[in-house]
Amino acid sequence: MTNPITKASFVRRHLLTCENLSVGEIGALLDLADKAAEGNRQVIKKRDVLRGRTLINLFFEASTRTQSSFELAGKRLGADVMNMNVSTSSVSKGETLIDTAMTLNAMRPDILVVRHHAAGAVELLSQKVDCSVINAGDGAHQHPTQALLDALTIRRAKGRIAGLTVAICGDILHSRVARSNINVLNTMGARVRIVAPSTLLPTQAERLGAEVFTDMNAGLEGTDIVMMLRLQRERMQGSYVPSTREYYHFFGLDHEKLARAKPDALIMHPGPMNRGVEIASDIADHSRSVIREQVEMGVAVRMAVLEAMARQLPNH
Amino acid sequence: MRNNGSPKAPPAEATAFLNARLIDPASGKDEPGGLLVEDGLIADLGNHLRRNAPEHARVIDCKGHVLCPGLIDMQVFTGEPGLEHRETLKTASHAAAAGGVTTIVVMPDTEPVIDQVALVDFIQRRARDNAIVNVHVMAAMTRGLKGQDMAEIGLLKRAGAVAFTNGKSSVINTRVMRNVLLYAKDHGTLVVHHTEDPYLTEGAVMNAGEVATRLGLPGVNKAAETVVLERDVRLVEITGGRYHAATLSCAESLGVVRAAKARKLPVTCGVSVNHLTLNENDIGSYRTFLRLRPPLRSEEDRTAMVRGLSAGDIDVIVSSHDPQDADVKRHPFAEAADGAIGLETLLAAALRLYHSGELALIPLLRAMTINPARLLGLPSGRLDKGAPADLILVDLGQPWVVDKAQLRARSKNSPFDESKMQGRVLATMVAGKTVYQ
Repeated sequence: MTNPITKASFVRRHLLTCENLSVGEIGALLDLADKAAEGNRQVIKKRDVLRGRTLINLFFEASTRTQSSFELAGKRLGADVMNMNVSTSSVSKGETLIDTAMTLNAMRPDILVVRHHAAGAVELLSQKVDCSVINAGDGAHQHPTQALLDALTIRRAKGRIAGLTVAICGDILHSRVARSNINVLNTMGARVRIVAPSTLLPTQAERLGAEVFTDMNAGLEGTDIVMMLRLQRERMQGSYVPSTREYYHFFGLDHEKLARAKPDALIMHPGPMNRGVEIASDIADHSRSVIREQVEMGVAVRMAVLEAMARQLPNH
Repeated sequence: MRNNGSPKAPPAEATAFLNARLIDPASGKDEPGGLLVEDGLIADLGNHLRRNAPEHARVIDCKGHVLCPGLIDMQVFTGEPGLEHRETLKTASHAAAAGGVTTIVVMPDTEPVIDQVALVDFIQRRARDNAIVNVHVMAAMTRGLKGQDMAEIGLLKRAGAVAFTNGKSSVINTRVMRNVLLYAKDHGTLVVHHTEDPYLTEGAVMNAGEVATRLGLPGVNKAAETVVLERDVRLVEITGGRYHAATLSCAESLGVVRAAKARKLPVTCGVSVNHLTLNENDIGSYRTFLRLRPPLRSEEDRTAMVRGLSAGDIDVIVSSHDPQDADVKRHPFAEAADGAIGLETLLAAALRLYHSGELALIPLLRAMTINPARLLGLPSGRLDKGAPADLILVDLGQPWVVDKAQLRARSKNSPFDESKMQGRVLATMVAGKTVYQ
């Protein structure tokens, strides 16, 4: 019997974007992640897949859950994990991204997990180092592990992804989560809708492979998954939307709007949530909300990615 | 509140206009006939009603005069709230009724600015209690009309705002303007914009040209208008938002609008009756009541505006009624405030173009009835069964002289004071009720 993972496996040095991931690659990662999730529910969670390896979390942008999720994933696989805090790093002293990369490269890490506020920065960095690089979010471009953990959460709750209708709602314009999710969900055969006021939609958004709605009630009609995005506070006060109050009125997920979705529709949010802005507080805690499962699957998916990458690491 | 749910409905209130010249600018019909009003709506109209009224109806003999939809004036400044000494909704509505205007759209340039749902509600309540014509609110599209942060366009529209504007100022921040157009499109609402670059107009008090030079007054070039208008058209092109240039004043602007319309962009424009009937020469010896924004232009521009109206480049005529008291007008020209009242003289002044043969009656009336109604989504502005009975009876030939002491507006800054007019409103009906006779 052949191992399904070797049959359709994830064989890449870096994970930078979801745009070119195949059905087989995503499926393999999700299968691995399912196993990791199982392991994470055991008393003894630690394995030794990455024993002796060094993982550096290089975060140029503040993050709580992604960074801790990667840290935990690395540790559970036995890696030595180091967190580079941007505020104490030499970046704040004027060092360029490339210089930072070269410095880190000289320390011989095996895997770099990078988040940066500029789109494309992680890819640039990946071209300059010898180790594997995982994109943990670059500007409004990509956040691959978020899309994979969302796909895993959906697949575990619904048993499939293909054929489902997923509405991604909120600040699409600035969202890397939306872009990665559109890629992964489309690849896996879901129908993707994006719902936002026109001011928060990128130009030619429909070309990403999603149906565009500016009316949330219409956008949620008959959907299986309602995926809410965070709206940053500085964008709520008149620049992109008039006010928190108006945004909540037209784009906040409340019971009335949720009623347009299928009765068994799942509610998702990548976090951190603004309760009462993009999502009603009781909806966030709804029985159909899988927001906490998303966090749990985050660790599992990151372990799966690290594990798949470990197979590609040179045995020097 | 005629029928407040009591079990036996009262008999229909009916008025029959007999022997009228019915003009419906929407359909272009101009023919003798009669019209029956029941319960505030137009119940029937046509030649069969020319001589005969139903028994229960109150009869008005029109004696062959024009019966047409009441005018809709989509640019009216009042002083309520905050500057009631200039104008209230009540005084403005009386001036409107006397001028044949049955619907006024009030601008948000008040104190405080109408940029909140509660203020729209305030205007609607005050109008319901005090005004004798229909009053609609054009709300602020940016908070405080400052041109920086978008107002709550969605919630304001739900509260009843019929369109959005930045009042007497242009939004200079291009990103804000783009986002307002994008956002307003989502809510299907119209953006009405004053087109004047504040940097080019800074310090200027009239049109740049020979007259300004002779008078020794700082003038503003027409480019101040076209620069903003052309930019806005580009933004409409990328956003698809419905855009209306509030009051244009020069030939060059019409070229921009014509090109935009030829490209099927959702662009419309208006002109004030002042710019159709007056020019910079009328300022004469520094008459501050003719200090306007945009400023009165040359005679060539005026005739171009009239031609633009005739050709359909211009969609709407407004009074741009802007009451200013003597305290701010009785100053040297360069130090006086801008603005002129115009509600009561809107129709009479516009009829100058008809009497001079510059413009036919139907296109003239269309720009003050059905065109603004369509832009704002109002059911009025037409003679049609089921439409609101907002009607005016007009004697096209009656001569009169404007006397500011007789004008009903609270402020008396009329550019037409002591002017001879031809054509006067005999009666004004709003929702079936006679409000002026």
